[in-house]
Amino acid sequence: MQSNGTSKLAEIVRNEPRELLTDWMEQQCAADTLRHDLMNERELREQSQQFLRALSEAAQHDTLTDIRGPAWAAMRELLEHIGSSRATQGFTASETATFVFSLKQPLFARLRRVHGRDADGLAEDIWQTTVLLDALGLYSTEVYQKTREATIARQQEELLELSTPVVKLWDGVLALPLIGTLDSARTQTVMENLLQRIVETGAAIAIIDITGVPLVDTLVAQHLLKTVAAARLMGAECIISGIRPQIAQTIVHLGVELGDVTTKATLADAFAVALQRTGQRLQKI
Amino acid sequence: MERIPILKIDDVLLVTIQVDMHDQLALTLQDELTTHIVTARAHGVLIDISALEIVDSFIGRMLSTIAAMARVLDAKTVVVGMQPAVAITLVELGLSLTGVRTALNVDQGMAFLRAASAQGGRHDDRPQV
Repeated sequence: MQSNGTSKLAEIVRNEPRELLTDWMEQQCAADTLRHDLMNERELREQSQQFLRALSEAAQHDTLTDIRGPAWAAMRELLEHIGSSRATQGFTASETATFVFSLKQPLFARLRRVHGRDADGLAEDIWQTTVLLDALGLYSTEVYQKTREATIARQQEELLELSTPVVKLWDGVLALPLIGTLDSARTQTVMENLLQRIVETGAAIAIIDITGVPLVDTLVAQHLLKTVAAARLMGAECIISGIRPQIAQTIVHLGVELGDVTTKATLADAFAVALQRTGQRLQKI
Repeated sequence: MERIPILKIDDVLLVTIQVDMHDQLALTLQDELTTHIVTARAHGVLIDISALEIVDSFIGRMLSTIAAMARVLDAKTVVVGMQPAVAITLVELGLSLTGVRTALNVDQGMAFLRAASAQGGRHDDRPQV
C-alpha cells in the first residue's frame, strides 16, 4: 500500500508539475497569508518551482516517511534557505509554514482524481501526503525559529558589548558607567572588560558609576562587590559612585554589607577622591 | 631540588613564581623567604605571579600565609601581576586574599613598598638608597 501511495504522489509531481505549480500559485495568491509587501509573485513562483522539483526528486528515491534521510538533503537545504530568508524578511511563523501547507489542496485534488473510487487507497495516500507536508512545513518553521533565535542572541551580545564601556577619565583613573540591570552574565562581561582595561592602562583607581542602574538588590550588590574584589586582586582600587537616595535606603534595608568599599554620591565626588589618591590636583586658572 | 629564586633589590625581596606550586615547594619558599627577610633586613616582599595562569585555593592560602609571616617580621608583602582571569576565578571561589596588598605590576608594587618604608620610618639607622 505504501509503495503504491508513494508512486502515486511521485507520479503526480513528476507528470504534471506545470499544472500543479499553476494551481498551487493560485492557491497561494488567493490566501490572505501572502504578503505582497514583502515578496513579489515572481520570487514566490521561483521558490514554489524549486520546492516541487526537490519534492519530485526526493519522492523518486525514497519513501515519504523520513525527511531526515539523505534523499531529502536537497529539500532540506531549500527549506533552510526559505525559512531563514523569510525570517529576515519579516514573515510570521505561520506565514512561513503556510507556504508548504498550501500545497495540500492541489495535491489532494489530484490524488482524488487518480484514485477514482478506491476510497481506501485515497485515504492512505492522503494520510501519507499530509504527514510528509506537515513534516516539511514544521521543518521550515524550525529553521525560521532558529534564524530568529540567532538574531536575538546576536543582538543580546551586541547590547552587552554596547552597554559596558570602560572610559579613561584621567591618568590612572578609569570609569565604568553602568546602565541597565546587572545580571550574572553582564557582571562577567563588565568584570572582564574592566580588568582588561586596568591591565592595558595601568590604572590604579576604577570608578564604578551606578547612576544608570535602576535597582540594586542583594544580587546586584553581590555582583558589584565581586567586581570590586577582582579589581582589588589586580591591584586597583574601586570607588562606587552614583548612588541615588532610594538606592542608599534599599541597600541599608536589605542589610547589604559594602565592607570597606569607598562609596560616593556622584561621579564628581568620586573623581575628586581618585585624583587625591593618585596624588594629582585640578586647579582653576 | 626545585627551588624558587629569591632576588634582593635594595631592601626588597623579589619572588617570581613561574612553576606550579606544591606543598614541599611552598614550605621551602616560606622557609627561605623568612630567613632572607631576617638576614637581609628586608622591609618589603614583592611576589610576582604574572606567569601563573591558574591560581587555586592552595596558592591563595600560601600567599596569605607568606604575607602574615612577613608582617610578623615587620616586612610588607605585595602581590603583583595577577592575570584578569585569575582574579575572576579567585573571586568566584570566594577568596579575596584578605591581608595581602596587591599591585598591577612590579613598578607600582615597588612604589608602594618604598612609600610604606618612607612612612614607616624604619631602617633609620641605615642610609636610604
